[in-house]
Amino acid sequence: MTNEMTKASIKETSQPLMVEMRGIIKRFPGVLANDHVDFDLRQGEIHTLLGENGAGKSTLMNVLAGLYRQESGTIYVKGREVDFSSPRDAINAGIGMVHQHFMLVPSQTVTENILLGLDKPRFRMNLAEYDQIIADLGKRFGLEVDPKAKIWQLSVGEQQRVELLKMLYRGAQVLILDEPTAVLAPVEIEGFFQTLRSMVKEGKSVIFISHKLQEVMDVSDRVTVMRKGKVTAPGLITSQTTRQELAHQMVGRDVVFHIDKKPVVPGEVVLKVEDIKCENDKGLPALNSVSFEIRSGEILGLAGVAGNGQRELAQVITGMRKCTNGTVWLSGEEICNHPASFSIQRGLAYVPEDRTHEGSSPNLSITDNVIMKNYRKHPISNGWMLNVSEAVNFAEELKNAYNIIAPSIKTPVRMLSGGNLQRVILAREISGKPALIVAVQPTRGLDVGAIEGVQRLLLAQREAGSAILLVSEELEELFALSDRIAVIYEGNLMGEVHGENDLDAIGLMMTGTPLEQIRKGGTETNV
Amino acid sequence: MSDSTAAPSSHRWRFPIRINLEPRLKEPPTWYPILITLIALVVALVMGGIMIAFVGGDPIRSYLHIAQASFGNIGVLSDTFVKATPILFTSLACAIAFRMRLWNIGAEGQFIMGAFGASAVVLTPLLPENTSPWIFIPAMMLAGIIAGALWGFIPGFLKARYNVNEIISTLMMNYIALSWVNFWVFAVWTEGGFQMSRKFPTAAWLPRLLDYAKMAPVLRGLTTHLGFVIGVVAAIILWFIIFRSRWGYEIRLMGDNPRAAQYAGINIARNTILVMMVSGALAGLGGMSEVTGVIHRLQSAPLAAGYGFTGIIVAWLSRLNPLVIILVSILFGALLLAGREIQPSGVPKMIQGMILVCLIASDFFLRYNISIVRTGKEA
Repeated sequence: MTNEMTKASIKETSQPLMVEMRGIIKRFPGVLANDHVDFDLRQGEIHTLLGENGAGKSTLMNVLAGLYRQESGTIYVKGREVDFSSPRDAINAGIGMVHQHFMLVPSQTVTENILLGLDKPRFRMNLAEYDQIIADLGKRFGLEVDPKAKIWQLSVGEQQRVELLKMLYRGAQVLILDEPTAVLAPVEIEGFFQTLRSMVKEGKSVIFISHKLQEVMDVSDRVTVMRKGKVTAPGLITSQTTRQELAHQMVGRDVVFHIDKKPVVPGEVVLKVEDIKCENDKGLPALNSVSFEIRSGEILGLAGVAGNGQRELAQVITGMRKCTNGTVWLSGEEICNHPASFSIQRGLAYVPEDRTHEGSSPNLSITDNVIMKNYRKHPISNGWMLNVSEAVNFAEELKNAYNIIAPSIKTPVRMLSGGNLQRVILAREISGKPALIVAVQPTRGLDVGAIEGVQRLLLAQREAGSAILLVSEELEELFALSDRIAVIYEGNLMGEVHGENDLDAIGLMMTGTPLEQIRKGGTETNV
Repeated sequence: MSDSTAAPSSHRWRFPIRINLEPRLKEPPTWYPILITLIALVVALVMGGIMIAFVGGDPIRSYLHIAQASFGNIGVLSDTFVKATPILFTSLACAIAFRMRLWNIGAEGQFIMGAFGASAVVLTPLLPENTSPWIFIPAMMLAGIIAGALWGFIPGFLKARYNVNEIISTLMMNYIALSWVNFWVFAVWTEGGFQMSRKFPTAAWLPRLLDYAKMAPVLRGLTTHLGFVIGVVAAIILWFIIFRSRWGYEIRLMGDNPRAAQYAGINIARNTILVMMVSGALAGLGGMSEVTGVIHRLQSAPLAAGYGFTGIIVAWLSRLNPLVIILVSILFGALLLAGREIQPSGVPKMIQGMILVCLIASDFFLRYNISIVRTGKEA
């Protein structure tokens, strides 16, 4: 199969350009999401856009699909300059995007969903006629769905086909697919790739957004790699590159910055995770027999592309999610499937990924936010009353100790900057002298100074003897802070390494190669 | 380039200034919300004035009349307190539920059920007519609280257990409560076929100021009853619960961010039921106070006067602060009392509605910074 693709891709480099994007810049508050990005797509090819979450892939494609407007840069479609002000303009130019989250009306039929928003049929809906047209279209591209079925009756894979049909029916020549395989079961993926190939054979061009290396190698003709808003590898021919090369371009290396990490001799085992499994919000397996240990005075870094089970793992440990198999021990006591308060009382601290929605209560004051975990205990609790002056003292103390910059402790925390809000949360979590800290993306979205502050706080806790599970997508951060780094991929731990010398191994593990296989591969993997 | 994208519109004539909205990043000073609330109130009164002028009245005279007819002398002031009492209770009921973002629209029904519960003590009769008021009144209070709490428990339980939307369920429960009381008044406790029960024995009346006229002649004719005092005490206790107790802290936390509350180990389902019950109990106590302090018999028309819905307005106007509710419900009592002198139903209700709309709209000014930009300068 790969050989066929090789021949095809070489042939296709001579095909005319469908889309050309030059010097695209797109800024969001505080982030440069696309920094002078160039991208091109030839007719009849499958071109993958590869990169970690937050690399700017989706932003770039949303610009192409007319959802965002670039601040600067030009887009050409078939050689003509275009200026999209809405997705409708983009679809008129033949560009259609299928988003990760489908935009379908569950109570309507497939045909109705496809016709939604179109000019024809005008008033009298002769649905039977359109049912036939859509059934034929589906047959032509290998996207068979019953046109009369209601959306809610369809599986996720079938709904995806409806989205594709919607775009094809509107005459899309270029299809942008945002992580289409994320919602599919492994058995559906091969069939989906067949569909892609048949569409390409019909002359369509496909842009495929992904962060899974195996798929990229399997299905695409060319690949463009993005990292932190920039293109690191433009339009490589897939057959002439290697997984190692792509993994390296994807994770990359920036300026190394070191913060002092004192040697600490690990003590007792604090957290022991044994063989746990759990389901994600959709009821699909999210963790697959994960086991590890963390000792006191030790930071275990958990690397991986977002959405591979990190969030679920943190939630199982903190008691916010049910685990279906295995156990979690905290200082020798089982904490699995107990309410959150159970493990809080036993010295668990949690720095959640979502600062505003999970970690804090935005409209309440700093005081109300810092007492969230100890308001039941003396001296802040005074029988059924709250001792307000004690709470105020406590908040003032933390505000000074953790350098929280705010007009007063009465300020609602939604008014605080990201770095200060994170300090409020850390102050609350750390002040209880926790045995275990679970920190998920603790520095995401913070500026450099705030990042360093948060990292120092975590290291100080390590020296104070806490065990820390640090979940992060920033490899720099993991290297700077962790004693060991484990890599998670699709709910499996791929292996555990010790530091930055193993960068390429980490890159490969993040994209689905187990450590044993990398070690066995020997010479080939040493880039 | 961005210039070229702006090109088509640059030919068109543009309005020279543009209003720019940005979410506020800093907390405004403390006087700001108070000022905004007052401005909203004034705007509502001005709009109400325009409407009064439209229907042919003199707005200034009408407002003066309202002021005089409700605060002009001690007699009407007392009547204002009487009118304010049921609103005070229903507003407190709404305030505690709304603090937890439970949209209890059912204070009306809980109020009616409270009145029914209290009446049942006399009419069943659970206690003989010659019982001492010292036993009668506490027993009726208890019955009113239990009946109201039950009417809050049902939607609370449905919400906690089956995630039934409390807005719909509480609203529907209002009609059930009204029909239930109508049934008893028509069929069981009717007095000579009229749609009302017999009058309660005086031992079951809440003491009024005029009862003490023998000791202090000033009090002659003043109908303010003990219910108002109970309401003020309830407001103070509720303030302490919300802002000073552990439970109140939990309620505020759940209202603002249920996920954070869950992580702090708070049982949201249990508290949903509890808060709905307390909310219902407060409204029920209000029903008891109205039936034993003013009406002195069970009769559905004066009970179903929309106090539960006015309570929603008052609770919002007071920004869910029980102490502010005391003042605002007196204001609304005045509006009800004096409004009746202008027109039985239309205009005063309309002014109430305008106050609510202006108030909700004013919240916008607390959340956004508004600045005016000259469009010419931008490009």
